[in-house]
Amino acid sequence: MRSDPADYELVAPANLQEIVALLAEEPGTWLPIAGGTDVMVQYAAGKLSARKLVSIWNLPELRHIEVLADEVRIGAGCTYTDLRENETVGREFPLLVSAASWTGGIANQNRGTLGGNVVNASPAADSLPALLAYEAELILVSIRGERRVPYLDFHTDYKKTKLASDELIRDICLSRRFSEYFSYTRKVGARQAQAISKVCVAALGRLDGGKVKDVRIAVGSVAPVPLRLLETERIVQGKAIEPSLLLLAKKIAVAEIRPIDDIRSTMRYRSTVVGNLVAEFLEKLRANEPAI
Amino acid sequence: MTTNISSGGRAKCELSFTVNGERRTVRVHPMERLLDVLRQELALTGAKEGCAEGECGSCSVLMDGALVNSCLVPILQAKSANIVTIEGLAAGAQLNCLQEAFLDFGGAQCGICTPGMILAASHLLQRNPQPTIGDIREGLSGNLCRCTGYVQIFDAVAKAVQFKART
Repeated sequence: MRSDPADYELVAPANLQEIVALLAEEPGTWLPIAGGTDVMVQYAAGKLSARKLVSIWNLPELRHIEVLADEVRIGAGCTYTDLRENETVGREFPLLVSAASWTGGIANQNRGTLGGNVVNASPAADSLPALLAYEAELILVSIRGERRVPYLDFHTDYKKTKLASDELIRDICLSRRFSEYFSYTRKVGARQAQAISKVCVAALGRLDGGKVKDVRIAVGSVAPVPLRLLETERIVQGKAIEPSLLLLAKKIAVAEIRPIDDIRSTMRYRSTVVGNLVAEFLEKLRANEPAI
Repeated sequence: MTTNISSGGRAKCELSFTVNGERRTVRVHPMERLLDVLRQELALTGAKEGCAEGECGSCSVLMDGALVNSCLVPILQAKSANIVTIEGLAAGAQLNCLQEAFLDFGGAQCGICTPGMILAASHLLQRNPQPTIGDIREGLSGNLCRCTGYVQIFDAVAKAVQFKART
């Protein structure tokens, strides 16, 4: 059943301060809407429970990319197109740019925002494994001030986050220390474009004397939240990439995920693919073979 | 409520924006979709409703130069924006080169996807005047067609690129 616009309130305060003041006045009542690529879909389907919406679209405070000495701060309101067109992001964060290019078609990339992808918290969101791999941190703002939290455990359960009801994500901070790392990312979907992932992997790695010096492996669509495969990372640390290690890494990776059967894929397929992609990442890391 | 809300609310409000070069003012609920306002208030029925969830691209329009799905834009966010619909591409009876090429190559069959396809192609050519076939496919990947099998559409866009390069 289609929604009646007369039942909904939508306001567009002029700046971030007014927006956080509004969120604080009636916590949990106002739903922020940026480019509408998730919210308007629910609205059109008559499934939007919030009746009061506050527009954060195109707010200057949320739509800038700041390059600092040791990190790049991406405003939560930056679109996928903004990410794809930014030179520093393109050069230093290829995992994120690939994910942005996989997200919907051009029209959705022009409206969908990185902050929206984080808050919408779909385990199948393509940009989230990239943020995990880069060890992103979030700056959250509210009328109480701001706080900086690691993105690693921001998602607490399916579609649940640590964002307080009066808070908004202002920036997604990406450390520049991974810019020399080997990058690997791959999305497996039913078709090449415009398909929600069955499995999505984003990984970074570095070798030293033929042995794994440091790796980050993150996966999407295989658990209630986007996951860092911390145990798999630990197990390969310091080791030479050999067939026996690939077998072990596959086994550990599969044990770390919690995939389900759903309309897009099966638990069994997802497990097999995650194992294979982790092995593929390690093999390409060893061979230093371009993997984006 | 102490917060100063600069615009919007639940009741109908008056807001203005530019559509195909003309300043238009409408009285609408802020959550009405840009697509519905174009079709119902302004009688611009070129943008079509297909999926209503941003998957098919048949409602594509340009908003401040960016291709958007008008079914996903609450009208309040289009306040003061510059909107271009398919009705704004031709100069009177003179079709734009993409429109000509779609006619010449059979890029339009039932016509539902065509306005969105042409606007997506126009958006692509503005950013990338010499697209490869891969660029064309990517630029149009958010627009679904159930008639043509896409080949005629890609050919039409490629032809329009050649035509533009010559003129």
